[in-house]
Amino acid sequence: MEKSVVFAGFGGQGILLAGKVLARAGMNEGFEVTWLPSYGPEMRGGTANCTVIVADRPIGSPVVDSPDALVAMNFPSLDKFEPRVVEGGTIVVNSSLVKRKVRRSDVTAIPVPTNEIAAELGNPRVVNMVALGALVRALGIVPLEAIETAMAEELRGRSRGKLVAVNREALRRGFGEAGKYLRDR
Amino acid sequence: MSRVLMRGNEAIAEAAIRSGLKCYFCYPITPQGELVEYMARELPKRGGVFLQAESEVAAINMVYGAAAAGVRTMTSSSSPGISLKQEGISYIAMARLPCVIVNMMRGGPGLGNIAPAQGDYFQATKGGGHGDYRLIVLAPSTVPEATELVRLAFDLADKYRVPAMILADGMIGQMMEPVKLPEPVDSADIPPRPWALTGARGRPKNVISSFDLEPEGLRRMNLVLQETYREIERAEVRWEEMETEDAELIVVAYGTMGRIVKTVVRLARAEGLKVGLLRPITLWPFPYGAIRRLAERTRAVFTVELSAGQMWEDVRLAVEGRAETPFYGELGGVVPSPNRILEEVKKYVG
Amino acid sequence: MSVEVAIPEGYVRAFAKPAALSDAKFTYCPGCHHGIITRLVAEVLDELGILERTVGIAPVGCAVFLDRFFHCDFVQAAHGRACAVATGIKRARPDLVVFTYQGDGDLAAIGTAETVHAANRGENITVIFVNNGIYGMTGGEMAPTTLPGQRTVTTPTGREPRLHGYPLKISEMLAQLDGPAYISRQAVFDYSHVVKAKRAVLKAFRNQLEGKGFSLVEILSTCPTNWRMSPTEAGRWVAERVTEVFPLGDLKDVG
Repeated sequence: MEKSVVFAGFGGQGILLAGKVLARAGMNEGFEVTWLPSYGPEMRGGTANCTVIVADRPIGSPVVDSPDALVAMNFPSLDKFEPRVVEGGTIVVNSSLVKRKVRRSDVTAIPVPTNEIAAELGNPRVVNMVALGALVRALGIVPLEAIETAMAEELRGRSRGKLVAVNREALRRGFGEAGKYLRDR
Repeated sequence: MSRVLMRGNEAIAEAAIRSGLKCYFCYPITPQGELVEYMARELPKRGGVFLQAESEVAAINMVYGAAAAGVRTMTSSSSPGISLKQEGISYIAMARLPCVIVNMMRGGPGLGNIAPAQGDYFQATKGGGHGDYRLIVLAPSTVPEATELVRLAFDLADKYRVPAMILADGMIGQMMEPVKLPEPVDSADIPPRPWALTGARGRPKNVISSFDLEPEGLRRMNLVLQETYREIERAEVRWEEMETEDAELIVVAYGTMGRIVKTVVRLARAEGLKVGLLRPITLWPFPYGAIRRLAERTRAVFTVELSAGQMWEDVRLAVEGRAETPFYGELGGVVPSPNRILEEVKKYVG
Repeated sequence: MSVEVAIPEGYVRAFAKPAALSDAKFTYCPGCHHGIITRLVAEVLDELGILERTVGIAPVGCAVFLDRFFHCDFVQAAHGRACAVATGIKRARPDLVVFTYQGDGDLAAIGTAETVHAANRGENITVIFVNNGIYGMTGGEMAPTTLPGQRTVTTPTGREPRLHGYPLKISEMLAQLDGPAYISRQAVFDYSHVVKAKRAVLKAFRNQLEGKGFSLVEILSTCPTNWRMSPTEAGRWVAERVTEVFPLGDLKDVG
């Protein structure tokens, strides 16, 4: 098994953190993982993306041609990465900002209104965890509990319980949202 | 021991501290900023010295001083900064001082960019500064391997009294992988340094120098260096092979490209193509012998690197006409994907 | 090789080589003030009793052979980098006494950045700065400290400030910084100045022992060979001309 995910969006949408949480959860579950950020001027505003691979064998290339899944948090990200997703793959798209449908018919599209959900939860910054929650359900390789634990580990030091709680809720809401588009695995 | 998820830059810093690093000198440059920040945060807490110098030139000369004073010392930078350090590295090499230099290569020449590249191969393996000297050059392809090679770099530098370089690139510096950190080194295991400048108390004075105005004297100093290098060439060549037994085409790639080519080998094998990989771990000393042996029984030895063909020259020296030696390189910080490399591979096999 | 001079009966030894100095012959040209300055450093190492914990840093220039002259540990630095090397040693082993001995080309041209920043960090080291206004070792080229109008092989018609800049007053520059503890300019062209210079060198080393930080003594020196002067003329040139541009005295002293 080897699954790759591209997380892409604006700087400030928590793209890199969402990827890190997935990578950490994968590691905690005993998998091999890589987390590769785009780095450079784009990290000072503009677009950001990272590639996460989770595998049950040593990982060769951390660079992927065709990711198994895409989390597109904004318009340019969907435009850029949609064509690359592997046939039968998954695209989680932030439907709050991306006002078009996924064009590919050979992938599972999961539109998630992350901004609205985050606003409902009272913290607009948790959009990334809403999207991650949806992705995790579609991927089906690490359980939601492992993601929640990894998220809490990532946030440790930065903040205390309250932030963890709202991020956990965001993950769960996203996870629930994905259920609308997926048959139970 | 449990694994921790770390960026390459941070893992290298932590591994260095656990290898007994006492003094670290630096100057800021991307893409190795996390290494500097980690050192600033951690090294003083753990009894070491962190100092941000006024320039790369000063930083490497501080390394020269600290190494002369007999402690484990290190500097890190990226390509343009490493160019500035060449003067100091030449002095360190001739003065026979152990130290570790980390180069997180980026696109060049000139200011270039901050994307991953391998254009400093010549500089690292052929001397870089003036005079006849070598560095031990270790090229990790993963974050866990980087931590292992940092420890090895310190040990080999001490063993042979030479500077050792970790030659990686921005991708290894920036990416995260799970690592098992090495146990902190026991200071008793660090070789004694009777030559160090510790004050001439109860012994004749020690002088550390790269200077001898008399040609015969300087010749002798050079011969000692060369003898050391021959010994290193005999004992310290390291490489990894993957699926080479029946390979009709051997790809030679190192560092980031080495690991990307592992995926290429898998993809090729899945299509029934007999492709293997030889990944040099030490770029100097270079695995000439291993490549030569494989060249005897394969059709082509294919070099893939993020440069215009710098390592390719060494591969051709190793093969010496025994097989075809095609080449594929990318420039400017462009990193080819596995499928892109596979396309190139297919031109020569199948 | 040591030359032992037998002392006849009834005489006492009035002058001896400092214990810090080895038997190696100085490589300085006849009449050059380097010999006096090197000796002053040696006397101070003797008087403070610190030879066995001192590390010297030899520069590139006329003092390139400095390591031969002393009995203490020594390291040879790249041109201009002595203050960076000193920083590395001192940071690694703060218990050592670390001094550099550098000329004007080394310290005030190619090594300006290393000097200024070591001073600015207040590195607890001692710097002996020998200013003779010329590159002696390489054949008499213009130095940053060459006087206006002074002829050198690279200013054959004399230093023209509009083309070549003005004499660089690095001690004055350093004295403006918050980092240094002690910046002083001295000369050794006559006995009374030698005594003053010695006092300054002593202070610069004592400051280090007391942890006061960066101490630099600039000593105006001669280069009879490249100035094309007799030693006497060269001494007079320092006394009359060089001190006009580079006045003597303490420029900074935190006490």
